[in-house]
Amino acid sequence: MAAVRVRDLDVVRGSTHALRSVSLDVPEGRVTGLLGPSGSGKTTLMRAIVGVQVIRGGTVDALGKPAGDPELRRRVGYVTQAPSVYRDLTPRENLEYFARLVGAPSERIDEVLEIVDLARLSRRHVGSLSGGEHSRVSLAAALLPRPELLVLDEPTVGLDPLLRRDLWRTFRGLAESGTTLLVSSHVMDEAENCDELILVRDGRIVAQDTPEELLRRTGADDIGDAFLVLIEGARP
Amino acid sequence: MTATAIRVLRQLRRDPRTLALLFVVPPVLLTLFKYVFEGQPETFDRVGGPLVGIFPFVLMFVITSITMLRERTTGTLERLMTLPISKLDLLLGYGLAFALVATVQALITATVAFGLLGLDVEGSVVVVVAFAVLNALLGMSLGLFASAFAQTEFQAVQFMPAFVLPQFLLCGLLVPRDQMAPLLEWISYALPLTWAVDGLQRAVAGGDAGRVLLDAAIVIGVTVLALALGAATLRRRTP
Repeated sequence: MAAVRVRDLDVVRGSTHALRSVSLDVPEGRVTGLLGPSGSGKTTLMRAIVGVQVIRGGTVDALGKPAGDPELRRRVGYVTQAPSVYRDLTPRENLEYFARLVGAPSERIDEVLEIVDLARLSRRHVGSLSGGEHSRVSLAAALLPRPELLVLDEPTVGLDPLLRRDLWRTFRGLAESGTTLLVSSHVMDEAENCDELILVRDGRIVAQDTPEELLRRTGADDIGDAFLVLIEGARP
Repeated sequence: MTATAIRVLRQLRRDPRTLALLFVVPPVLLTLFKYVFEGQPETFDRVGGPLVGIFPFVLMFVITSITMLRERTTGTLERLMTLPISKLDLLLGYGLAFALVATVQALITATVAFGLLGLDVEGSVVVVVAFAVLNALLGMSLGLFASAFAQTEFQAVQFMPAFVLPQFLLCGLLVPRDQMAPLLEWISYALPLTWAVDGLQRAVAGGDAGRVLLDAAIVIGVTVLALALGAATLRRRTP
């Protein structure tokens, strides 16, 4: 069963045709990586899946409902690339606010602070935290309602390798507890952390498969090379 | 609604300098006014009372347009729009927080004006303060609407003179409206601050209560209209 089902999605942003007849399925309870260079349409695709993007054509369903359905607002978590939390509040104050909006109990605040490993910093204001800590506050806020689907836009960008590893472990833990994750990245190395990969380029899907299958099909040594083979091969 | 109000008040508390400016600038300006017009005490008596109620309008306009712009540019608004909160709930939360701030501000300003500076009030100080709060909400709703047209904080700040100064010039506080060019007098009827000042002048002078209520009703009406227009600029889906 697919947690996200996209068919023939067309999106135009300003003067650019951001997505061209995109179709894909995000499998339930797994970590799916959305990989592609900057500007390939990853963010637009994620925005369409969480229902904040005006689309020109096609259908987008999440958890069996049309994207953006009011019922999904508690069931889908979205973390934008720029951390969207209040810098002048502490992590705890931010979470207290978002918890009240989504109806999460206050014990949940301590839980999510543990999950993102921010418990000891919860009383400093967000503006004084490092970039990585800042974005983990944003992730914590998305985790509050225990979303079934978590859409994360470049969550590991600019993090040091240790933090990046910890964050991927967190994602793995969430997937093991049944959450579906869609994680975008422009770093091909991150493919190794994913169960399923969707490769995007120029607003089109280049391939969707498991990492092993992609390597086998292309005969490449790593996903970066596989990507190249697929793009070259796709040329007439 | 209270969740948003508490969050907004917490943010303001983190910024003591802004709070100090909000509470100190109006009484200081009024004091300045009094001594600038030392040779014409009747001018201070005429303008001072209504000014108590106009400061909240101007300040809340600026504060709201900048805070809303920040919500848009930092992505927090987009996050809120993906959460189970209605637009009205969000706006009323802002309204509640700013109404509280405006009440404190108006009380401080009124205490200074009518207590220390010896400004005469024939009517009720309570009505003047109540009007000040209404004006704060008017400024808030117009600021919210204006913020939809600003892309940067510089632009948002420039909206203050653009939206507020013409209203201030035409509202009849500086020059009685029947002494303006007829065209301007007609335009002044369409501007909400005109009615706010009319109500404040009557409240200060202890005038007809029915007319004060009518003025208040007009101010409330424009506030609701601007709030509805502002809510329409908050989109769950954006291009």
